[in-house]
Amino acid sequence: MKITLGPLMHHWSRERRRDFYARIADEAPVDCVHLGEVVCSKRAPFGDPDLPALSARLQEAGKEVVFSTLAFVSSQREIDDVLHRCDEGFLVEANDVSCINAIAGRPYVVGPMVNVFNEDSLTYVARLGAIRVAPPPEVSHAGLAVFARAAPLVDIEATVFGRQTLSVAARCYHARSRGLHRDNCQIVCEQDPDGLPVSTLDGQPIVAVNGTQTMSHGYVAALADLAPLARLGIRRVRLSPQDLDMIAIATLYRDTIDGRLDPAEALARLRGLTGAVPYVNGYARAREGMAWVGEPA
Amino acid sequence: MTPRYLELVCPAGTPAALRAAIEAGADTVYCGFADATNARNYPGLNFDRDDMKEGIAFAHRHGRHVLVAINTFPRAGETAIWHRAVDDAAALGADAVILADIGVLDYASRRHPDLRLHLSVQAAASNPISLAFYRERFGIRRAVLPRVLTVPEIAHMVATMGVEAEVFAFGSLGTMTEGRCILSSYMTGRSPSSDGVCAPAEHVRFDEEGEEMVIRLGGITMNRFPRNQAAAYPTPCKARLVTRGVPSYLFDEPVGLNVIDILPSLKEAGVTALKIEGRQRSRAYVTQVVRAFRAELDALDRGAPSPGIDLSGLVEGGKETFGAYKKGWR
Repeated sequence: MKITLGPLMHHWSRERRRDFYARIADEAPVDCVHLGEVVCSKRAPFGDPDLPALSARLQEAGKEVVFSTLAFVSSQREIDDVLHRCDEGFLVEANDVSCINAIAGRPYVVGPMVNVFNEDSLTYVARLGAIRVAPPPEVSHAGLAVFARAAPLVDIEATVFGRQTLSVAARCYHARSRGLHRDNCQIVCEQDPDGLPVSTLDGQPIVAVNGTQTMSHGYVAALADLAPLARLGIRRVRLSPQDLDMIAIATLYRDTIDGRLDPAEALARLRGLTGAVPYVNGYARAREGMAWVGEPA
Repeated sequence: MTPRYLELVCPAGTPAALRAAIEAGADTVYCGFADATNARNYPGLNFDRDDMKEGIAFAHRHGRHVLVAINTFPRAGETAIWHRAVDDAAALGADAVILADIGVLDYASRRHPDLRLHLSVQAAASNPISLAFYRERFGIRRAVLPRVLTVPEIAHMVATMGVEAEVFAFGSLGTMTEGRCILSSYMTGRSPSSDGVCAPAEHVRFDEEGEEMVIRLGGITMNRFPRNQAAAYPTPCKARLVTRGVPSYLFDEPVGLNVIDILPSLKEAGVTALKIEGRQRSRAYVTQVVRAFRAELDALDRGAPSPGIDLSGLVEGGKETFGAYKKGWR
């Protein structure tokens, strides 16, 4: 089973991003790393200047590099940028249907923000060249099994760690929380490297705002599901980067997959790395996403 | 762009609402089957196959059209229910089906090449490039545009997208991009995407706590307010939430969309059809809103001044908004 480090959803400073990916290249036991801005075009208006250097370093370290697109690819310039990445030899992850239309016919990845909910949609995007599909959070593990049977040549990538994107919008809630509009947002999202915590009026943390996206407060922590997923035909899993020691977390997942670590022990160690944030696995079990089914962790 | 006739597309959650909408002046009515295939899958609403047949016959006798919304995303292993809905809508004589899922669009375009396909707002095609995907691959003839575009952006879309544009004119206004929000299922297990429901009633609770009414969704507090005050329905995007210690309507205030004051600019923008939201609303509501829009559109066609009909009593929270149509909303 291969491990993918998904795209960085939160907005980190340039220095921090550079340091993070340098360490990932050198130390993280992951097979594949996604680069590229997914959430907001304002975060990197001229593209990431470090992309060539970071991708080269990751590739030299033996990692596959995938270029993730914005969740809204809305201008021809952005489409041209995606095509340019294809021409450079990157595998591209489409996070928006507009991007699929542009790159159809070449191999590509479909990200979790494209609504591929069922085997018919899956086989359709596969006919257009998708070789790998990371389904949306709502698709349960039973659903992933249907996917794996329906398109055995497509790698189905299950997200097994991190916050889940719950909504995408045109409005920026990070800006709105500061009394600003998106047009003059002052990139305030950079102040919250793991998202802006949002609680109910009763003080219960519930979601995290990430610019125009809303993420789950809870982290998916599917260590116990790795072996069952493999039995369902899932050959790849995805970790979504959070403001945590992602190398240690990737190592826990690698060791669990390889049978060097018992899943329960891995989960206990994960707790030591993530602090008190609740874990969730409801969607995987066709329940409310924020549920945690299993032993308290 | 030459201004043309604006088609008035009206909601019908029940056969009675369908007849009421047509009698009040709807050009077109949209409705759905009574299951998860449509995005207003609430108890007591929607049409069985016989209702649909009669509803379509009634509309056609009056020279009006019926669109059948099959605009949710089938879960893995459940696509046959959606296929049957498309087959039945075609057999019953629907003038078009409103679809969102790529697999369902593919099925409908292959099985029913003569059936007119509209792209649901749930597909969230907010730019000409995504629309090209649906137009080129499935031959859609119309797209319902997401409620995230300004009027100038709509005009640009209309000029380049190569299919008819339908836009929302009145009713509830979700803040998130349609078809890309699962906050409801995060809390309740059921969401607009595959269940056709947001904040399902069986997960909503009103608890009196002292002088306050607390409204909860899936056990999660959405709002607190004085007991004597009217409560907005607890869709997650209308919740009062706390960031950095400050409570606010973080996503959006409980407000309703009403475009009556900007009808001329939507017409100038080249929009084909105006959509009134509210298949979950009563027949009386549908009658009142449709009648008002009919009068406004007829006046616009004649070049007469707007009758200035006040619908503020019917919108959510009693507050009206132009939503994203005016710059500054984002």
